[in-house]
This record gives sequence, structure tokens and C-alpha cells, in this order.
Amino acid sequence: MISLHQKTLALLGGIAVALGALAPVARADQELLNASYDIGRELYAAVNKSFEPYWKEKTGEDVKIKQSHAGSSKQARSILEGLPADLVTFNTFTDVQLLADKGFVAKNWQQQFPHKASPFYSVHSILVRKGNPKGIKDWSDLARPGVKIVQVNPKLGGNGRYAVLAYYAYGLEVHNGDTAQAREFLKKVLANVVVFESGGRSATTTFTEREIGDVLVNFESETLFLSRGADSKFEAVTPSVSVLSEFPVAVVERVAKKRGTEVVAKGYLDFLYTPAGQEIIARNFYRPRDPVVAKQHENVLKPVKAVEVDAVFGGWPKATETFFANNALFDTLLREIAAERK
Amino acid sequence: MSALSAFFPSAAPEAQRPATRDTPWLRWSLTGVALLFVAGFLVIPLTAVFAEALRKGAEVYWAALVDPDALAALRLTLTAAVIAVPLNVVFGVAAAWAIAKFDFPGKSFLTTLIDLPFAVSPVIAGLAFVLVFGLQGWLPPEAQAELLAPAVARELAAIPGLGWALGGLAEWLANPRIVFAVPGIALATIFVTVPFVARELIPLMQAQGNDEEYAALTLGANGWQTFWRVTLPNVKWGLFYGVVLCNARAMGEFGAVSVVSGHVRGETNTLPLHVEILYNEYQFAGAFAVASLLALLAIATLILKSLIEWRLTLNREQNL
Repeated sequence: MISLHQKTLALLGGIAVALGALAPVARADQELLNASYDIGRELYAAVNKSFEPYWKEKTGEDVKIKQSHAGSSKQARSILEGLPADLVTFNTFTDVQLLADKGFVAKNWQQQFPHKASPFYSVHSILVRKGNPKGIKDWSDLARPGVKIVQVNPKLGGNGRYAVLAYYAYGLEVHNGDTAQAREFLKKVLANVVVFESGGRSATTTFTEREIGDVLVNFESETLFLSRGADSKFEAVTPSVSVLSEFPVAVVERVAKKRGTEVVAKGYLDFLYTPAGQEIIARNFYRPRDPVVAKQHENVLKPVKAVEVDAVFGGWPKATETFFANNALFDTLLREIAAERK
Repeated sequence: MSALSAFFPSAAPEAQRPATRDTPWLRWSLTGVALLFVAGFLVIPLTAVFAEALRKGAEVYWAALVDPDALAALRLTLTAAVIAVPLNVVFGVAAAWAIAKFDFPGKSFLTTLIDLPFAVSPVIAGLAFVLVFGLQGWLPPEAQAELLAPAVARELAAIPGLGWALGGLAEWLANPRIVFAVPGIALATIFVTVPFVARELIPLMQAQGNDEEYAALTLGANGWQTFWRVTLPNVKWGLFYGVVLCNARAMGEFGAVSVVSGHVRGETNTLPLHVEILYNEYQFAGAFAVASLLALLAIATLILKSLIEWRLTLNREQNL
């Protein structure tokens, strides 16, 4: 019996030592928690690596940035329930607005940083298989019979809504604003969609791993990332016109005030707008706001006419109502397509 | 009719019957189907995990395992298990002892309560903790501070050196955080693992009956002595078995932990959450490497479980 006790003690001791050995060591003067969207890891890992020495040189303070990544909406909810994030870097406006409505973020958050508090943007773009076997050059090629498209379901995700609005915006552009012809073009493209996926990453997996479809429509940050390197099995095609997607940022004042991190949190978000920050952003395939940096990366981030949802569609609430509400244009077109197939 | 009677043979008058009357063809095809099923649902996916993990070579595999975030996730997973398992051992033994050896009002209610985590979706359990301990919850952090850390703890934390000496405990008491921090993850893990030890012990204790305890009491042992010297040794292997299952679930839990985690890298991500993150970031080799670590932990657990099962049957045979 004694030996059993000794063994138990030894085991517990061993576990304690093992846990101790795994324990973290260094502690910085200040810690910031950046709550971000779910696929922004590479970008913010690179930003943090540059920001920490930048801040040290500027202020003499050691700062350590911690990252939390999950869907924007889940992050917003978690912050409302007490996740102590000092700042947010999201990919949808509505989730920051939710925090502003609840008093966690300043009411005028869109004015606190340039470009409506969106230090970079992306557009919806096209990914094709190596060699571009279907000869896709622009959205117009997606309307050709026999082209198979994979995209996100606009009923389920913002990603899919951007895609549909991009087709329509292109239709308006080439038909000089003729809505009937834009509608007809949108219908032709939608008829070619073979999979409406539930989310951006699952759409990508369907196209790349399950090898379904000729074309993947997704954020440019994704299509360029997937086509990088000489051994990539894919090619990115930049369309002539697309819809601009913003990546809003804000300081979570309620948390930062309590933790005394307001200055460094603002400093972090300002850093995203500096040439150094913009350079990191461009290298991670997001489009920088700084025209000089944008020019330097023009061979990858090719010129595109990026239209804003506010300007062309009268803002998201109106676009949702016209296109994506029940029995709105998207539903109607799908029904017409189904009827014509019979 | 003849096909039916092959499956349901009428009571045979012969004295000696073979163990089965099914044709070899039927027997082998049934066995084959079962084996195919096992291969399809168990062996192939498990092999795939290791194959995918090692596809880009041992170097990438190793790099994924010694990544600081992966190590932090491993540490947190082990911490959660180290907290949850002993607590569930104490609770499970106490509950099983009460239920199997005594009669009291509310006994069936207690049994139902223990089974609750099996019935409730883990995500709902996690959400419940957020709704209680979250900022908008019934017991938000301010109230927790009032409740958990009366002035004393705050004073303790204020004394320089002492807060450090207590390893952050005083600091935590002064500014408690439950959800989106380690305590929440431990709570969620405890919740989903509650039934394992008790469920394992109750039938065993009921089968053993009270005779030996009565004998001990008659010979003059007190309650504690009876428990330590008679009851506990009798269920020793059953208890280990429960602990192993409990531990496996504690390390593998995803849903409940995902809700309360807050997903802070290097801090509140457990191994299963880390696998999801890596997979979502197209780091397939890394995701499968960490998944294979979890699979190895599970396989080690299974081997331990088989050893215990073997001891258990041996014990029962000796007792008979």
C-alpha cells in the first residue's frame, strides 16, 4: 500500500514538473490582446513581429501582442461577454458597429482612423486551375456555358454576398448602368455555380482539395495566397471591376481604459497605416491604402476598379433587401434558372 | 419461411447443438462486413491522420509540435485534465458510494443529475457558463471579485512579492476571470467529464453489495476505515478505468471549451482548438501533426484501459 502511495506521489510530482517545464517565461511591460477575424493569422503574426521593436524604439516600452482569432461575429459576442480585447481588427463593419452600439467602442469609431477606420481592403477575385484551361480573363467569362463556379452561399456569408454584388457591378459597368442587362448577366453567372459553400474556407477546400469546379470566387487575399509560389497548382485572375471589402479596426475603449492600454492600442492601429505596416499588409496580399506602397506591389495586386457597396448599392441594408432577402433578386434568379432547366 | 427459420431456429430437441447453425457463408460475410466497418470508420481515418501528419517529412511534423502555440495548447490541455480528473475522482467516488451503498430521498434525482452532461450538448454547457460568468451574465467579473475576493485577497495582492510568491493566485483573486480564461476551460472540462467515474463505479459497487462493509463494521471499523480498507480497494480497478475514460474525454473535449475559450493564442487554446485553427489556416501538415499527438494520447489511454480491463477480469475471477 505504501508503495502505491509513493508511486502516486511520484506521478503527481512528475506531472507538476512537466507542467512547470512547459510554463511561459518572459513578461512584457504591457500586453495587448488583438481580437481578429479567423483567417488573419499570417498577417497579424507579421505585423506583431514588426510592431514590438517599433514601439520599443519609439517609446522605450516593451509590449507583447496576443492574438485571438475566430469569426468576427463570435469575437464581438465574446468581447460583449468579457473577452478582454484591447482592440479589434475585423472583416465586417456590422460587428464593430455592434460593439459601438453597446458602448465598448467609441460611437464615432469610423472617424478615429483614416479611410473609415479600414487600413487596408480587398476585392473579390477569381482563382483558376494551373494553365487557366478555360481561358478565364474577367467576370464575363464566368457567364459562358460550361464554366463551373464554386463560391460561398450569399444567404450564409458576407463572402458570397460580395461575390454576387461583384458580378452585378460588372454587369452594370459593361452595360453602362442598364439594370435589366446587369440582371441578365448575373443570372447567367449564377446558372454556372455548381457549389454554394457555407463559408470562405470551405469553398476554398472544395475547390482545392476536392477539386470541384473550374473557378473559385473568393477574397483576393485568398486567391493570391493560394496561387503564390512557382509550384502552386492555381492561378489568380484579377477582374477589371470588383466590390471593395473593408477591414475595419477599432480600440475597445472600455477594456483599454480599464487596463491602461489606450495609448499603445491606438499606436498599434496607427502602425497599420505607416509605410512599414502597409508594406506588411501588401505582402500578405491585402490592398494597402498608401498609394506609394500600392504602386510597388502593382505586379501582384493588379489595378482593379474597386467599387464601394455604399456608392453603388446604397449601403448594406439596402443591398441585402434588394438582393438577398427572402424572394429578393437572388432567390428569384435561382428559381428562374431552375425552371428553365426543366 | 425457410430463410427465417435459419435465423430463428425453433427449440431444437437434440441434446448437443453446435454454437451456431448459420452457414459458413453467412458467418464469414457478417464478419467481413464488421471488419470492413471497423477498417472504414476507424483504421483508415486514423492511418490518414498519421500519413497526412508525416507527408511533408519529420521536420515539419516536429516543428508543428514544438511551436510555442502548440506547446502552450498542450500545457493547457494537460492543466485542464489535471484539474478536472482529480475533482471528478473525488466527486465520482463520493456519489457512487452514496448511490450504491445507501438509500435516501432524491437518489434517482442525483443519478439523473450525474447523467446530465451526457444528455446536454457540450456547446450548450459552454454557453451556459458564458451566460452565468460573462460580462452580461448573472455573476459578472465585478460580482465575482466581490464574492471570491473579499478585501483580504486584494490586500494580499497589493503586498509586493506576495502576489508573485503565490504564483498569481492573489492577483487572480483580486481580479478574477472565469470565462475566456483558464478557470472557464477547467469548468467546462469538469462539466463534460462528470459522469465518467461515477457511471463506472455505481454498477460495480451495486454488484458487490454491502456484505463486506457490514462485516467490517461488525468487527469494529469506523466509517472511514471501512471506506479506505474495504470499499475503495474493492473498486480500485474500476476507478482506474473511470479515470482513464475521464482523462480521455478531458483532453479531447472541443465544443464546450471552444465556447468559453476566447481563442487567445498561447493562452486559452487547447490542443483540439489548436488543431481547428491550424486546419483553417491551410497548415494541413501542422494540423494533422497536432491531431496525431492527440491520437497518440488517445491510443496510450486505450492501451492503459485494456490493461486495466484485463486486471479487472482477473480480479473478478479471483474473487469468485
